[in-house]
Amino acid sequence: MQMSMQVSHLAPQLAVLMGAVVTLLVAMFTTRQRQWVNAPLALVALVVAAVLQVDLAGGPAVLAFDGLWALDRMTAVGSITVVVATGLVVALVPGWLATDARHGEYYPMLLLGALGAMVMVAAVDLNELIVGVVLSSVTGYVLAAWHRQSAWSVEAGMKYFLVGGLANIVLLVGAVLAFTAGGTTDHAVLAVTLADADPWLLVPMAATLVVGLAFKAGAVPVHSWVPDVAQGAPVPSAAFLTVVPKIGGLLALARLATVVPIDASGWRPVVAVVAVATMSVGTLAALGQDDVRRLLGWSSVSQAGYALVAVAVVGRSERAVPALVLFLAGYAVANVAAFGVVAALRGRTSLADWSGLARSRPGLAVAMVVALLSLVGIPPLAGFAGKFAVFAAAVDGGMTWLAVVAVVNTVVSLAYSLRVVAPMFLDEPVGSVHVLDRWSVVAVVVATVAILAVGVAADLVLSGATGSVLPALP
Amino acid sequence: MLTAAIVVPLLGALVVAVAGRRWSEPVVRAVGVATTLVPLALVVAAWIAFDPGSDQPFQLVTDVDWIPTLGVGYRVGVDGIALAVAAVTTVVFTAAVAHPAEMRGLAHQYVAWFLFLESVSLGLFLSLDLVLFYVFFDLSLVGMYFLISRWGHEDAERAALKFFLYTLLGSLSLLLGIIALGLSMDPITFDMRAIIAAQPLVGSGQAVAVLVLVMVGLGIKTPMVPFHTWLPAAHVEAPATASAVLAGVLLKMGTFGMIRIPFLMLRDTFADASLVIGVVAVVSILYGALVALGQDDLKRRIAYTSVNHMGYVVLGLAAAGSVVAGQEAARALALTGATVQMVAHGLITGTLFLLTGSIWDRTHDYDMDHYGGLLGQVPLLSGAMILASFASLGLPGLAGFVGEFQVFVGTFAVHPVLAAVGLLGILLTAALFLQLVQRMFLGEMPDRWSSLSDLAPVEVATLGVLLVLTVAVGVAPRLLVDTVHAAASLFVGG
Repeated sequence: MQMSMQVSHLAPQLAVLMGAVVTLLVAMFTTRQRQWVNAPLALVALVVAAVLQVDLAGGPAVLAFDGLWALDRMTAVGSITVVVATGLVVALVPGWLATDARHGEYYPMLLLGALGAMVMVAAVDLNELIVGVVLSSVTGYVLAAWHRQSAWSVEAGMKYFLVGGLANIVLLVGAVLAFTAGGTTDHAVLAVTLADADPWLLVPMAATLVVGLAFKAGAVPVHSWVPDVAQGAPVPSAAFLTVVPKIGGLLALARLATVVPIDASGWRPVVAVVAVATMSVGTLAALGQDDVRRLLGWSSVSQAGYALVAVAVVGRSERAVPALVLFLAGYAVANVAAFGVVAALRGRTSLADWSGLARSRPGLAVAMVVALLSLVGIPPLAGFAGKFAVFAAAVDGGMTWLAVVAVVNTVVSLAYSLRVVAPMFLDEPVGSVHVLDRWSVVAVVVATVAILAVGVAADLVLSGATGSVLPALP
Repeated sequence: MLTAAIVVPLLGALVVAVAGRRWSEPVVRAVGVATTLVPLALVVAAWIAFDPGSDQPFQLVTDVDWIPTLGVGYRVGVDGIALAVAAVTTVVFTAAVAHPAEMRGLAHQYVAWFLFLESVSLGLFLSLDLVLFYVFFDLSLVGMYFLISRWGHEDAERAALKFFLYTLLGSLSLLLGIIALGLSMDPITFDMRAIIAAQPLVGSGQAVAVLVLVMVGLGIKTPMVPFHTWLPAAHVEAPATASAVLAGVLLKMGTFGMIRIPFLMLRDTFADASLVIGVVAVVSILYGALVALGQDDLKRRIAYTSVNHMGYVVLGLAAAGSVVAGQEAARALALTGATVQMVAHGLITGTLFLLTGSIWDRTHDYDMDHYGGLLGQVPLLSGAMILASFASLGLPGLAGFVGEFQVFVGTFAVHPVLAAVGLLGILLTAALFLQLVQRMFLGEMPDRWSSLSDLAPVEVATLGVLLVLTVAVGVAPRLLVDTVHAAASLFVGG
């Protein structure tokens, strides 16, 4: 581990930031008809960021910027996943907001939201982590409530904002408790000082930190915004908010797990309970939904639960963090693909309207099936590779019972997934089906190919994410 | 060669699904049948290339890294057991694709799903990696779900859902067991050959838990009582050709997995549990036969006989794995019998289900009480059904006898009481098939069947191939038995 202060270590994040600035300027100074240029501009920024991050991943793990920025394998692959998911969402926007007066301003919001998640992934200081969380949250509220005339969208934004405000305060309390117990907010120092801190401080600290970040992950008990955002927010926002902040929150939790004294703080039981509650609540609630977007929202809650299984065994199994990263990568492409299909179908959301889609739009129907089966974990799709790695980590870490709970939930999740699949393939088409635009279809195709690619080439992600998680203890 | 046998039907499925939309139904079917002949030829070639005298049980091996971080590889290869099961797989699939069925205007999708299923079935039987095995195990559920729900009878959607949920629970239970097995290796690997050689869980407290997880997972698929409840619903609602594949091929995935995983990788624990497994097998044998006897629905009756017949297979495995060393001859015989029984059941039950399809096409009625005296009206159909029924009840000279005989001779040496009780199953099976033949084909024929047409040439061909093989295995079992026995001797001798 070495410390350094090279600007190039932040180059990917700076590229995203530059993208946000440029697209904001374009949004301010061009007419509405021309604002679509922001989509390619945002994509360029994201591609540059991805390339730079891949380039950085080749180097050794370093704590950059005086120990503020962890440049390790988890940061690398996590950030790339954030960038790829954001890029896929960008492709959904031009069609969705074509007639929106503020079309251009949407892109800087997306890019800043992605930047917030990237900060969360790499932060090795609680203050910095909170900056990332707030950046991600503030942009998220705007993205959720984007359609000001739609009561659904405004309600989604409002709920997201209220739950988020509460959760962010809980997170702050956690940071304050950590500061009280450990005398600093720096992860590397905390890892040492917390070791002999008072358990009466550590237990509430662990609980508040977990709950605070659970908001970003869309996990119980601060999950209630997820189905509302999934159903009411503009579909590109729903795709973004159910994926990107989740990656940031869960990877930040995994990093914290290497810092807090796991046994004295009761960290593991807290995470395990949250994991079980999250996957079970999400799965059971999804069962009864007749609205595809809401169903995907609840499914997204349950997916956070599976990811938390990996978080729960961080420190006990070295396979946990790579498994978590792989799981999140698989989840990201599958969830964006599913919402991409919804977007490409112009937001078609009532389950009854999906009848016969396999006849009217076979390509989109196949994409939806692939996405849903991947979320269930059917091989050889990305979701299987992720769940397989997570289960292996859980068994390896001695928490097989968590894997058993995940298995039971997986079986139930198949039931609600088939509730979407069956009418598409078995029923007769109803009415005519219109498609949003070419770019949303392109995004769906790319995401679907990515589902297969991540599944088949899982080792690329897994070995890419294998390495010490900073701040590694001496 | 083996990889090509897996890939060709998969590519065929893709081509037919995409390009087949514009082809007419006969063209789609012809392309489908032609595609299934490729893996058939490849498996025959593999059989010829296979050396039964070698001391290497697994031959023609391909080994490529897939997820090296987790010790997962694309590993395929064959032993005598895999060859036998893969061979019957290719035959049943060719017959099932060629056999007439109501395709509801979606011939390309129908054929594509069959080819997809053939690819995953062969992949499973040929795989030498536990994760690869699991991948194909799970994919078989997806293919069968769509076949049952799309082309099944009235209540097909529910039956397909039940099938998918039930067997997914089984496969995930299997997955946890597989993960525990792989993690117990150092370094982690899911290479079957390595795990078989290492016997990693000997003496470990985990071994029993892993055995239970794996046996439940595979027991649901087989299916063994009490995990069989998905089977009758799935069979009754499935189109007959899908039933033929489900019973003829997919059920073998369960027992084949039992040979590969608990029998070979958990020898000690399997031996300790052998009596329990044997008891469950005998319960399956008797329960399956008794419930089958009580059915008036033709398809349901045949479906339950699968529970009975797969029980013989499991009984043979229980006997073969009853001790780690000693009684090699009897145990090798039991294992050979179990495998031959898998082959025989594939051929015979495949035939029986295809025949129910032929009957349904003509009458849309599965109730046996509505039939009688068909022998005079449709002699070919009746003759085929009677021959298949006799084969199924284990008449000497037909395929069913060979496997059951070996299973029982082998079992008598180690678990005599179980073998004696299990024999009652044969008696019950004989009763239920004789009664079936009597009710449907002998006696007075109701007038409404007076215009019933006999088997068409295509049906004669598909059923004929399966029945000829049934007779061939019964009359000249050497080719099959020798190959299987070579593998079985190596496995019980170790």
